[in-house]
Amino acid sequence: MNLDDMYRETILDHNQNPRNRGHLENPTKSVGLLNPTCGDEIALDVQLDAGKVSDIRFSGQGCSISMASASMLTEAVKGKSAEEALAIARNFKSFLTGTTEPENLGDLEALHGVSQFPSRVKCATLAHNALEKALDDNQPQT
Amino acid sequence: MMDVALVDLKKDFPILARPIHGHRLVYLDSAATTQKPQVVIDAEVDFYSQHNANVLRSVHTLAEEATTLFQNARQTVARFVGASRPEEIVFTRGTTESLNLVARGFADKFLKPGDEIVVSPMEHHSNLIPWQQAARRTGANLRFIELDPVGQITLEAARAVIGDKTRIVALSHVSNVLGTVNPIPEIAEMAHAAGAIVVVDGAQSVPHQPINVAQLGADFLAFSGHKMCGPTGIGVLWGRYPLLEESDPVMYGGEMISFVDRETATWADVPEKFEGGTPNIAGAVGLAAAVRYLDDVGMERIHRHTTNLGEQAFDRLHAMSGVSVYGPQRPHSGVLAFNVDQVHPHDVAQVFDSLGVAIRAGHHCAQPLMQWLGVGSTARASFYLYNSDQDIDVLVHAIEETKRYFRR
Ligand SMILES: Cc1ncc(COP(=O)(O)O)c(C=O)c1O
Repeated sequence: MNLDDMYRETILDHNQNPRNRGHLENPTKSVGLLNPTCGDEIALDVQLDAGKVSDIRFSGQGCSISMASASMLTEAVKGKSAEEALAIARNFKSFLTGTTEPENLGDLEALHGVSQFPSRVKCATLAHNALEKALDDNQPQT
Repeated sequence: MMDVALVDLKKDFPILARPIHGHRLVYLDSAATTQKPQVVIDAEVDFYSQHNANVLRSVHTLAEEATTLFQNARQTVARFVGASRPEEIVFTRGTTESLNLVARGFADKFLKPGDEIVVSPMEHHSNLIPWQQAARRTGANLRFIELDPVGQITLEAARAVIGDKTRIVALSHVSNVLGTVNPIPEIAEMAHAAGAIVVVDGAQSVPHQPINVAQLGADFLAFSGHKMCGPTGIGVLWGRYPLLEESDPVMYGGEMISFVDRETATWADVPEKFEGGTPNIAGAVGLAAAVRYLDDVGMERIHRHTTNLGEQAFDRLHAMSGVSVYGPQRPHSGVLAFNVDQVHPHDVAQVFDSLGVAIRAGHHCAQPLMQWLGVGSTARASFYLYNSDQDIDVLVHAIEETKRYFRR
């Protein structure tokens, strides 16, 4: 097995130098999610202005895959409309399960190798689930 | 000195010959579940291919044979833990079900508002949540014996919590994270003097050391077959006979009754009243084979061997830079939790896997203990009779590789 299939340079870079890590002063939405199988947690603060994700921060603790994925996601959705951001989160999830082609995923595409490791897919999608929760008004808010 | 002859037993475990990603499999996850020797696999195959029938119902030949094998398995397990009679052995699915059985069948019946259940912060969730829930149902209160700085329970700390109101003291014998061995006999004496009963989670001790329930001072002892070379889906609740008699059944249905009419039912005797439904017959037969296997090797020997590996591994990892180990240095059972600085345990376990080394990463079903340690999760290596000094070398090497991989 080649570990590098999973831990691409981009992933290690985002893990070591996370983008948009921290909190927002007055976020429009704040969502925390827990991965109960490993105890990892992620919180997202989202600032929405005129339907756009004008700012976003993540915090929490987790493995390199969940932290890099969160960092990459914040980069991918910053400045996008809420609908576009939601579409990115969903596209990423189906991209990982191998059912769709990537669209506007940016660095997130580097996580493709994770699809070979079913137990780690949950790590890679934690931030995406949190973003869906924050942006999808049809989902129950916590 | 390591018991070299013991390590020869590797050949008894067919799975250990399976290469993983081109490497020799180094299985260091026995605290989660142990591998199975051929004799246990054979016992299940033999049961299904020669003796399979339901137990305690029919009179045909196969049913007689199956029933005899099932009841012999009970005797074998009873002897293994020093039960005073085979009926004190209740077959369950495992430790979790055994502990829930005590919480439902005993605690619910006898606890009153204001009574106290004493546990510790090192408990596996299966020896915590049943008590949280029993406390809610009965109005009893949950009290915690605090741990000393390295994660041990001292008698002083126990004395500070166990008192007049204590009705139940529920503790793990050996921690599945810290490798701590708790002073159960001394605590049991204290608990009994206070009029409390003692429930011991033996999931990590029964597989690793000689156990005699009388010497242990326990009133109930729970353990799992799959952590002692046996099959999954079979476990044991041992209880003192009078306490089992007083306890209520929690699973109603076939085989656990004496007389039933339209409105009412009376219960079968102990242990059948706790074993509603068709039991895991092949599992019990497999567990008995596992017990015979362990007895042939010798529980004293296994105990010395796994403790030796746990303590050696503690010292080796303790001496490494950028590695934290948890729990006491001595004595330390064959379970070792550790972290590699700045590398999440999941990533550690992933690198290990690529080298053929199986460890566990996560909270080990002990979130309050993770909170006590101030970490989100840890990696954990755990040893059993088939592990060797060499496996510790591989563990140390795998940690070096992990550091190299993530610090490039
Ligand atoms: C100390 C301890 N208690 C209880 C359990 C639960 O055992 P089981 O999952 O077999 O019910 C375990 C196993 O992980 C354990 O290590």
